[in-house]
Amino acid sequence: MTATDTTPEARKASGTPLLEVKDLTVRFPTYDGLVQAVSDLSYTVEAGTTLGIVGESGSGKSVSSMAVLGLHDTRSAQISGSIKFNGQEIIGMSENDMRKLRGNEVAMVFQDPLTALHPFYSIGKQIIEGYRIHNNVSKKQARARAIEMLGLVGIPQPQTRVDDFPHQFSGGMRQRAMIAMSLVNNPDLIICDEPTTALDVTVQAQILDLLQKLQREFNSAIIMITHDLGVIAEIADEVLVMYGGRAVEYGVTREVLTRPEMPYTWGLLSSVPDVAGISDVLVPIPGTPPSLLNPPTGCSFHPRCTFVSQVPDNLCVTTLPVLERSSTGSSEHLSRCHLRDPAAIYETEIAPIVAPDRTESPA
Amino acid sequence: MFGFILRRLIAAVVVLILTSFLTFTLFYKGPTNPAAALCQERGRCTAEKQEALETSMGFNDGLMTNYGRFVGGLFKDRTISQGATYTCDAPCLGISFRTKTEVSKDLLTYYPATLSLAIGGGLLYLLIGVPLGVLAARFRGTVFDKVLVGGALVIGSIPYYVFALTAWIFLTLQTSIFPTTQYVPITEDPTQWFLGLLLPWLILGITGAPTYARYARGQMLEAMGEDYIRSGKAKGLTQRKLLFKHSLRVAIVPIVTIFGLDFAALLSGTIFTESIFGINGIGQWTLTSLRAPTDFPILTATILIFAVFVILGNLVVDLLYAVLDPRVRLT
Repeated sequence: MTATDTTPEARKASGTPLLEVKDLTVRFPTYDGLVQAVSDLSYTVEAGTTLGIVGESGSGKSVSSMAVLGLHDTRSAQISGSIKFNGQEIIGMSENDMRKLRGNEVAMVFQDPLTALHPFYSIGKQIIEGYRIHNNVSKKQARARAIEMLGLVGIPQPQTRVDDFPHQFSGGMRQRAMIAMSLVNNPDLIICDEPTTALDVTVQAQILDLLQKLQREFNSAIIMITHDLGVIAEIADEVLVMYGGRAVEYGVTREVLTRPEMPYTWGLLSSVPDVAGISDVLVPIPGTPPSLLNPPTGCSFHPRCTFVSQVPDNLCVTTLPVLERSSTGSSEHLSRCHLRDPAAIYETEIAPIVAPDRTESPA
Repeated sequence: MFGFILRRLIAAVVVLILTSFLTFTLFYKGPTNPAAALCQERGRCTAEKQEALETSMGFNDGLMTNYGRFVGGLFKDRTISQGATYTCDAPCLGISFRTKTEVSKDLLTYYPATLSLAIGGGLLYLLIGVPLGVLAARFRGTVFDKVLVGGALVIGSIPYYVFALTAWIFLTLQTSIFPTTQYVPITEDPTQWFLGLLLPWLILGITGAPTYARYARGQMLEAMGEDYIRSGKAKGLTQRKLLFKHSLRVAIVPIVTIFGLDFAALLSGTIFTESIFGINGIGQWTLTSLRAPTDFPILTATILIFAVFVILGNLVVDLLYAVLDPRVRLT
């Protein structure tokens, strides 16, 4: 935040987004071969907005986001492409500069708050530590800040709970404490790696509300990694669907969720259980996630895709489709699929299953 | 907490009673006869003479009576007959069969040497072993790591007495790189105390440290893979802080456990070290007591000392656990 050209005003004027990921590729060499966890991933996040990243386990959601914080061990990960934060290139940045960014301008909230908090240090100590790395303040000031943050995230009696250890907190409170720790330096970007997965549903909603409230208060951008489309629908402005390490659909949340164009996204939508019971069909995606060691040729989803026969010339098997605006889609919506008119297929074949209330009511 | 300590101390007393009783049983039911040795010391030994000695020493009074006398002697002065009559002040651990001195007083004479050895050696276990293990974990897979792990294996494979004896022969006897090993009380001459024990300390440290290095390395690697270390990194902590504060803090807990027991063993006397380097501590004292005829009062004392330290070591480790790990509550 010290560099003159990276203030939010200057950035807005110059038109550069807060985070710009371009052609990000992350590979891990293993004894069995090279695992390509993320391939040519590009996305941008504007200040104050929320990007949701969805995909199944192993789709590269977490790996790509951890690259933004430089959390990969450089000895075991090969990273290429470009990640620009506030116009600053992160890939290849020195460890020391990277460290100053971490927790200060980019913060991370992890999935399981019990294992993500150090068991031997009190909650307060961990927050104070995070604050004092980046701010030259006394322990007393930092403690006051920690108590303030705990109050802000809704921990009752923060003055006394600040000295508690993580095991003395409930799951939801731990995640609140984790959020307090992440937000203590008012970061511009918060990466939330499945922050509600380990929590029960009522607490999930509270945590999401809290994140949104804090986002408005601090005008932070959020990257929300999840496999829960409900979370995406509630919180994300834009959504990026990942499959086999690639973006397969990317666009404004409303567009992607109401007019999805890629069979994998259809599959994701079909596998969401319907609590209201309007639809009693729960359709799992057949098959298993692709191997990242020997990824399928062409479109990596083709072995599991039921629409391969509708694409001529066996294109799905031979050629990787480009992430682009489909012929019928809007400009706010990119997808990676060979299907000519996915919108029509969705309306006739998929929508009756995933959104029967919406399709049946006009009829 | 207080209740925990109290219960553990009561258990400790029970263990000590059992240990001492077992030692007595082994001796009184065993084949050694100190009266016979004593009898021979005093000229021509006849069956009558030996019989009279056995009676006066109380060997005919049975196991329970003798054990009762021993326990009583811990609390009040007693007189002991071994050919002649000796007085033994409380706490009395008996009179040495060989030297005719009070065992409890000998213990105090020999103990400082063992204590000095144990403290220096134990410190070196940790000071050499733990940092090396941490660094090996930090530079896992590099040449440094491999040399360290291999070196630890090599040192660990050499029998201790070979290592210590070779070091003494080459470093003290032949080249005088290290001063003559000996024990000079620290109250007498701190410099001589330090110099005399320098080589034994180093040898103890170097042979003990590999275990700690390997253990620390394993524990560190496990800790470094934990989610909360990643959280710390995501907060912007320096590598040094992550390693020496957050990871080591977790890795040190199990190290403390083995150190507690190792240190108890060191405190109970290092027989090889003391014998090879000519240091008159309780290790060597124990060794002499084992020469035929067994000097039973000394042996009883050293076995009890060993039991006391193992019990105390365990207790201290348990208490330390509660201090080191906030999740552990002693009840």
